[in-house]
Amino acid sequence: MAAITPDNHGLRLFVRYLVLSLIALIFVFPLVFMAVSSFKPTAQLLSDTSSLRAFLPVGDLSFNNYADAFRRAPVGLFVFNSVLITGTTVLLSLLICSLAGFSFAFLRWKGRDVVLSIIIATLIIPFETIAIPLLLQVSKLPWIGLQGLEWGWLNTYRVQIIPWIADGLTIFLFVQYFKGLPGELIEASRVEGASWWQIYYRVVMPLSGPVVATAAILKFLIMYNQYLWPLIVVQQESYRPVMVGLGYFFQLNVVWGEVMAYLTLITVPVLAFYLFLQRAFIASIASTGVKG
Amino acid sequence: MASKLTLSNRTGWAFALPGFALILGFIVLPFFFAIGLSLTNQRLISPNPTQFVGFQNYQQLLGLAVVTLEPERDDAGEAIRNEAGDIQYPRLREITRSDPQYRGMREWFRWTSGENARIVIASDVVFMKALVNTFLFVLVVAPVQGGLALVLALLINQKLRGINVFRTIYFMPVVVSIVVVSLLWRFIYDGQNGLLNSILQGLTFGLFQPVDWLGNPSTALPAIMAMSIWQAVGFFMVIWLAGLQTISPTLYEAAAIEGASKSQTFRYVTWPGLRNTAVLVLIVITMQAFALFAQIDVMTNGGPLDSTQTLVFQSVERGYGKQDISGGSTISVILFVIVLTISLIQRWLTRERY
Repeated sequence: MAAITPDNHGLRLFVRYLVLSLIALIFVFPLVFMAVSSFKPTAQLLSDTSSLRAFLPVGDLSFNNYADAFRRAPVGLFVFNSVLITGTTVLLSLLICSLAGFSFAFLRWKGRDVVLSIIIATLIIPFETIAIPLLLQVSKLPWIGLQGLEWGWLNTYRVQIIPWIADGLTIFLFVQYFKGLPGELIEASRVEGASWWQIYYRVVMPLSGPVVATAAILKFLIMYNQYLWPLIVVQQESYRPVMVGLGYFFQLNVVWGEVMAYLTLITVPVLAFYLFLQRAFIASIASTGVKG
Repeated sequence: MASKLTLSNRTGWAFALPGFALILGFIVLPFFFAIGLSLTNQRLISPNPTQFVGFQNYQQLLGLAVVTLEPERDDAGEAIRNEAGDIQYPRLREITRSDPQYRGMREWFRWTSGENARIVIASDVVFMKALVNTFLFVLVVAPVQGGLALVLALLINQKLRGINVFRTIYFMPVVVSIVVVSLLWRFIYDGQNGLLNSILQGLTFGLFQPVDWLGNPSTALPAIMAMSIWQAVGFFMVIWLAGLQTISPTLYEAAAIEGASKSQTFRYVTWPGLRNTAVLVLIVITMQAFALFAQIDVMTNGGPLDSTQTLVFQSVERGYGKQDISGGSTISVILFVIVLTISLIQRWLTRERY
C-alpha cells in the first residue's frame, strides 16, 4: 500500500468530489432545464436545447408563461383539488391505520392474527392489477349526499380519497413501531384505569412522531403524484388533480413554455418541502426497508 | 404483558375494523372481482346483460400456434424465388381462414427452417408484444436499477464532509411525479432538438447522427428503461444505505485487522450483511417494474409499432379506453399471476440455506 502523502490525499479527495458531483449533475439537469425553461418564450426554449443555454437563465426571461398557463387551464382549481385530496387522505390514513396498528400491537382479540395476515397479504397486490375492476365497482357504489341517496362515485372527491385511506404498508409500519414501545407503559396506564382510547391518544400517539412522519410522507408522495386512478375515474374538470390537469396543455396546440411553467408550478412546492424535510423523507424510505 | 389487561375483543375489533373494512372493500374485493369479471363479457356500460363466458377471454389473449408454410413450387418441384432470390410462400391467410382452429389469429413473427417458413401466430399479437416488452423491461430494469442503486449507496456511505448534500440530490427525482419526469424526458429524447442528441453531438464533435429516441421502435423501450432507472434509483439507494448502516462496524474492523482487501471486505462482510435488503430490493423493483404505465401513457402511447406496449397499459386501454372491463380484468389477473409467481420464485431462490 502506498503511503498517503498529503498531496495524493488531496488529489484523491478531489477525485471523489468530482465523481460525486458529476453524478449529481445527471440527477438535477432535467429539473434545472424545467425551471429555467419556464421563464423563456417557447421559441427561445426550443432553440436553446441545442446548447448549454438550455440550463442557463439567459435571454428573454419573464413570467409570461405562468400568466398564460393560468389563462389556459384552471390551474388554481387543480392545485386546490390536489391539496384537498392529498391532505384529507393523509389525515384519515394516519388516524385509521394507527388505530388498527394499535389494536394489532397491544390488544388481544379473536381473529386478530387472521385479520393481520390478510392485511399483510394484500401487500403483494399491485394497485395496477385492481384498477379496472375497482373502476367498475366504484361506478356502482351508493352514497348518501345532500340530495339523498345517489349511485356511482365517478367524478367526485370521495372516489379519489376513500379507496386510498387504508393500506397494508401503513398499518404494518404502525404495528412494527408500536411493538417497539415499552409494554410496561401500556400496562401501567391500564392498571391506573385508563381506557384504550385514552391510552391511544394520550400515551401512545405522543410517542409516535417518527412513524407518523414516515406514514404521512409516504402517503403524501403517493397521493400528490396520483395519475392512473384520477385519469380513469374523473372526467369532470372540477374534480381533477394536478397531474391529470396536465392534459389541458396537450389539447390543440402545445405551447412548451406554458407546459414548463405548469410543471414547475406543481413540482417546486414538493421539492421545496422535500429539501426542507429531507432527513425525514429519507429516514421514512429507509425505515420501510430495514423493518420490511 | 399480563393477559387480562390486554384481552379485549370488543375494543380490538372496533379499533381495527375501519382499516380492515376499507382494505377488504377496496383491495380484496376488487381483486376477487377481477377474477370473476375475467370469466365474463362485462363492459363498463352495456345494453346487453353480462354473460359467463368461461375461459374465453384467456384463450382470446393467450392463443398461440406455430404453422409451417411450404414454399410455392413450380412444376419441377423447385421452390419459386422472386428476383431478390427469396423463396415465395403462400399467404398466411389461406391457412388461418380455412382451418377453424386458427381463425382470427395473426402473424407475430416468423423464421425459416430449410425451405419452409415457420410462423408463430397469436390470437392477440398486441397483447403478446405487451407481455414480451413488460418482461424485457423487468429483466433490464431490476438488475441495473438495483445494481446502480447499490453503487450509489456505497459511494454515499463514505465519511466525507457534505456527503448528505449528494444524498439529497440523488434522491431528488424520487419525489418528482413520474408524469412530470416523463414529460421532461420527452425533451431530452426529442429527435429534432432534443438535449440528448445535442449532448452526444457535442461530445463527438458532430459525428453523432441524431436519433429520434422515442420514435424509433428499436430505441423507444430502452429509452423508457433508462429514464425509469434514473427516476427511482435514489429510492433503492436509500434502502441499500439503510441496510449498509445495520452492518456492525466491528466486522469491518476485524476485516481490516485480518488484512482483507476492499473487494474481499465487500464479498465477505458487506454483501452477506445486505442479504435481507437485497431480497426486499429485488421484490419491490420487480413489482414496480411490472406496473409500468405512466411513462408509456405520457411518452409513447404504446408506439411506435407497438414497441412500448405493456401489460398495464393494455389493461387500461381495454378496460377504460374501450370500456371492455372483462378484457382489462383478464390482463390484470394474468399480470397478478406473473408477479406472484416471480416473487415466490425470488423468495425461494434467496431463501436462507442451512
